[in-house]
Amino acid sequence: MSVSQKSFHTALLDPAVATPAGLQDADAQPAGRRFSVYRNNVAVSLTEAMHQAFPVITKLLGPKNMDGLSGLFLRKHPPSSPLIMFYGDAFPDFLAGMEQLSHLGYLPDVARLELALRRAYHAADSQAAPADALAVPPEDIMRAQLRFAPSMQVQQSDWPVVSIWRFNSEDNAPKPEAEAQDVLITRPEFDPAPHVLPKGGAHWIAGLQTGQTIGSAFEETATHFPEFDLGATLALLLQGGAITSVTIERLAT
Amino acid sequence: MLDNTTRPNKLPAAPGVGYKPQHFAQILDHSQPVAWLEIHAENYMGDGGRPLAQLRHLSEKFPISVHGVGLSIGSEDPLDPDHLARLKHLVGWLNPASFSEHLAWSTHDSHFLNDLLPLPYTDATLARVCEHIDQVQDVVGRQMLLENPSSYLAFEESTWSEPDFLREIARGTGCGLLLDVNNVFVSATNLDFSPQGYIDAYPLDAVGEIHLGGHDEDEDDHGHPLLIDSHGREVVDPVWALLDYVLERSGPRPLLVEWDTDVPDWPILRAEADRAQAALDRVPA
Repeated sequence: MSVSQKSFHTALLDPAVATPAGLQDADAQPAGRRFSVYRNNVAVSLTEAMHQAFPVITKLLGPKNMDGLSGLFLRKHPPSSPLIMFYGDAFPDFLAGMEQLSHLGYLPDVARLELALRRAYHAADSQAAPADALAVPPEDIMRAQLRFAPSMQVQQSDWPVVSIWRFNSEDNAPKPEAEAQDVLITRPEFDPAPHVLPKGGAHWIAGLQTGQTIGSAFEETATHFPEFDLGATLALLLQGGAITSVTIERLAT
Repeated sequence: MLDNTTRPNKLPAAPGVGYKPQHFAQILDHSQPVAWLEIHAENYMGDGGRPLAQLRHLSEKFPISVHGVGLSIGSEDPLDPDHLARLKHLVGWLNPASFSEHLAWSTHDSHFLNDLLPLPYTDATLARVCEHIDQVQDVVGRQMLLENPSSYLAFEESTWSEPDFLREIARGTGCGLLLDVNNVFVSATNLDFSPQGYIDAYPLDAVGEIHLGGHDEDEDDHGHPLLIDSHGREVVDPVWALLDYVLERSGPRPLLVEWDTDVPDWPILRAEADRAQAALDRVPA
């Protein structure tokens, strides 16, 4: 009796499926509980990976609930690559689809924030532009184009995700208050940190990422977000080492 | 087939430990550091950040062994070309002293199951594993070592003993072998064979590295002991005794202490490495 990897795989992820025939102990008796060692290894190791990947979600739901949720998730979305450090891409949408969790509408965005922090942690290294790179006349600033560090991440949310993350990650962080927050993640050296972007900040950064100048992205952003604070947004980017180059096109004379 | 005289394994015949980031500072500060370090390849396949910075730093001071846990060499499917390319990249820039992987499978139908799953020892498996190892050695450009698994069950269809199967793979591909003596002990207990008999039949000439690790104890449906390869505690005395049995026959080899779950404080891991050194010191010159 030969055992295909397909049948092994199916029985591994579904405890309701019988252990494949052809697996046995030293006395040629059916493997039974011995097969469960593999089932257990898969479930426990991936559940552990989920706890590590989503510490704030784990704290919000409690470790027991996170175990249960991970068990459901890993069977529906097994890893698609051996890079377990990136496992859980599908988790935010999975959370959004859980009816029992619909009263915790912020969970998917908190999970997205935790994924983005991990992407930032493993992103390529880069050299920040010098601190005085934007110490130029205002009209030059408006003509500047920026490049950003690969570790920089931006997220838009209808929830106070940064405040929720801080409240569950840091001592003495204030209680979150209901508001929409856009997130900027920067990684000055090795440790990524989330910051609240000024209103319109995510929109403005997206414009720069398509090659717009600071000025044209600002004008465009200001039509949607009249209160957009360009100076505060630039300061956050500079402090976080998220700007890697500044290109100022000289006007023809 | 790869000519294994061209790129010998460059690990010293001394104790190393599996590297854990929480030990970074102590490994660098320690006045008597371990002789070498082993990393899990997949943890260093990001694009940058702290993991790679630490690895670059460590590689300037220690011989590094790259130990893959995700290639799925025993897969019925073709090897994942993306993962092969990542391995080639890592081994390329790091130029480690050794590169090793497992006689196991972990990926099916694009699902990575994060465990080392068992293979039937048949002619068909042999042909497939050899083909995959040829491909790996070709792409990565160096000899690899292949590690024996911990077994919790057997396949009715198997026609080869594990030592003979490994010998044939090494002969056919020119790969070296990584002998995990804890795995031998675990499998021997679980499947009722003599661990010394296994070693007597095993091609010790091909061994480029020896693994030591801790296991947990459980039992099967019939009350038979069932040992689980957990890497979460000290190496037990019978495994140290089996190591002595191996070293008497093989001579000194690079020894690695693995401790991957419930990782202890550095002095405890360091004490295990000292115990491995004592085993090497007992080997007749």
